[in-house]
Amino acid sequence: MKSKILIVGALAMATALPALAAEGDPVYNYTLAEADIAEIDDETVGAFDAQGWVGGDYNRFWWKTGGEFADGDFDDAEVQALYSRYISKFWDAQIGVRYDLESKGETYGVIGLQGLAPYFFEVDAAAFVSSSGDVSARFEATGELLFTQRLILEPGIALDFYAEDDPSRQIGSGLSTAEYGAQLRYELTREFAPYVALTYEEAYGDTAYFQRLETGSANRTIFKVGIRTMF
Amino acid sequence: MRFKLAGLLIATSSLIAPAALADVYNLEIDQFERTVDGETLTGVSINGTSPGPLLRLREGEDVTINVTNTLDVDTSLHWHGIILDAGMDGVPGISFDGIAPGETYTYNFTANQSGTYWYHGHSALQEQEGVFAPIIIEPAKPDPFEYDREHVIILADWLNDSPYKALANLKKRSNYYNYNRRTVFDFWRDWRNADRGEKTDVIQERLAWGRMRMDPTDIVDITGYSFLVNGETPEDNWSGLFEAGEKVRLRFINAAAMTYFDVKIPGLKMTVVQADGQNIEPVSVDEFPIAIAETFDVIVEPEAGQSYTIFAAAKDRSGYARGTLSETPGTEAAIPELGPRPELTMAAMGEDHDSHGAMAESEAVGIDEMTMNMSGDAHRGHGEMPAMEHGPKVLSYDDLRALTPYTDRRAPDREVELRLTGNMERYFWSINDVKFGDAGPLEFNYGERVRITFKNETMMEHPMHLHGLWMDLLNGEGDMAPRKHTINIRPGETISADVTVDATGSWAFHCHILQHAATGMFRQVNVIGGVQ
Repeated sequence: MKSKILIVGALAMATALPALAAEGDPVYNYTLAEADIAEIDDETVGAFDAQGWVGGDYNRFWWKTGGEFADGDFDDAEVQALYSRYISKFWDAQIGVRYDLESKGETYGVIGLQGLAPYFFEVDAAAFVSSSGDVSARFEATGELLFTQRLILEPGIALDFYAEDDPSRQIGSGLSTAEYGAQLRYELTREFAPYVALTYEEAYGDTAYFQRLETGSANRTIFKVGIRTMF
Repeated sequence: MRFKLAGLLIATSSLIAPAALADVYNLEIDQFERTVDGETLTGVSINGTSPGPLLRLREGEDVTINVTNTLDVDTSLHWHGIILDAGMDGVPGISFDGIAPGETYTYNFTANQSGTYWYHGHSALQEQEGVFAPIIIEPAKPDPFEYDREHVIILADWLNDSPYKALANLKKRSNYYNYNRRTVFDFWRDWRNADRGEKTDVIQERLAWGRMRMDPTDIVDITGYSFLVNGETPEDNWSGLFEAGEKVRLRFINAAAMTYFDVKIPGLKMTVVQADGQNIEPVSVDEFPIAIAETFDVIVEPEAGQSYTIFAAAKDRSGYARGTLSETPGTEAAIPELGPRPELTMAAMGEDHDSHGAMAESEAVGIDEMTMNMSGDAHRGHGEMPAMEHGPKVLSYDDLRALTPYTDRRAPDREVELRLTGNMERYFWSINDVKFGDAGPLEFNYGERVRITFKNETMMEHPMHLHGLWMDLLNGEGDMAPRKHTINIRPGETISADVTVDATGSWAFHCHILQHAATGMFRQVNVIGGVQ
């Protein structure tokens, strides 16, 4: 709700700008959203991942959301609302809150770094402290390989770290899970691109132990079909 | 006097009674629907057209121009290259408050100079929406060269996305318009074509670009433009007429938003006689590059029975503007090949110095570890050296030599360094790493002579335009340095210009690539002191 108010406020500012010779720092916005489906253990699992910003070149309100659902129920889902500040040529520092809609309504403080690393890797790194004091971190990086101007392969990696074991959530300390993936998309336009993606997920340490107990395996390979939009 | 205009010709006393030395012109800024290459978009016009009407003035004339705004947003007109009182310069927020909807603003100035100039909107992105038009000021004494007729060739680009949308797209994704990025197959081709010893260079080069987070194919921010001569597409084929035996003066103005052109007329030598409205020592060329906001006047002598293509290739070779010079309307001549799309290459700094030859005043600087230059460098003519006289002669800044030494010969009192900077990933541009919105004004003192040194630290060219004051380009010609209102600085290049600060008030100073100006490569210059 709060984010909506912020967005509306920012847009109102944009239209109120005078028609000067140069624009200064007007307000722009960006949204990137992906939604896909996969067959996992004979179950159709849908997933969504979206983020975007509203603001100027230096200060932005940034939001992120993602989640998975199967049989109409969320497996996990979260939203983040962040203040994003340009700190150097390719990097933004981010601070804000994360709220887990699933699995248990936990709230976190977030501090992170997002930007473009050398060799054109999009990097998103964040640390989280939950309201119950648990510390975790997430590191994501993606690159791009063009086969044609529209057929683009995007390899990526996502790592999750936890400071302490949390058996209730099947989490072990240290590097808990890693996801290695590649998305192949076809940009019909910049705004609309269907894709297929293959990801390999592996659990490590005690997390792997917990997962093996539960499912008999600490890794899985998933094939996804989805749609990516930008606006 | 016979000349053809794209826009509506304003009937002025110059056509009827040359003796009158004051006249009133009425202009109206309004929306219009424009169809280019089959797509219709709303633009902004002057008296219903784009380009707007030619203003034909005479040196010494007291000009009164009433500009009526019938848009529902503020507007303005700026007289590009005209030396006048700061209050009449037409830059909202700097020179005046702008022209509110429904309001009429009256500009008054005396045309104290002659030559080819232009005028354009300076509010928001209206210039990109079509608000520009030519100005010709006839000299009080005849020009020191002869011609029998003339044509204005105003070059422009037109995008079927509004410039506001285009800028929003670039903010979302800076390579939004780039459909020429390198693919894995390009890499494979380069790898296969490389000799055994050069294979590692192919990888090294890729890595170097990646390390800098820059893209060698990113040579213009926006592709997809239609390119226009006097408002007409290549298909429309604007034509300029001549009669057998005539010398024809062509007044080229680059009024594009984002596009540099390389201009040639196959089969004709062009004698360049004016640059930025100032007479220069005539120089005969086969081709000339024209940066955004520059003007060049050339004289050609077409042969009877021949038709000629006026060919202005966009710098990125994504298209061209063309017109035809002929004796009969509706004829066409062969259209030359566009040639390959240039890519930025990394050239060792040492080599780059050599190729600059006579450009004594300029010096290449490295961007991070290397200097980047357009591989189509020959088009800029900077490679032109006495030993390399084969091939077409391409105009370069080294060739520009004022006809009369009218420059202030004092040594500069001080130097101001302006590093041209930006963030192509985020798509904003700056000077000395500071955007216009965050920068205080530059302060010049009335009466002083300031040396401005531009250091281009980006991989884009930047045509820097100073309002209200002339810049004497330091191109090694000493007292005969050419005087310019717009100086183009190439990637990695350093160029200086001396400015006699002889006009008080506040002036705009900016890159004339309009999306660069709009996102921060812009400064206010305050001239302190002098006659208020």
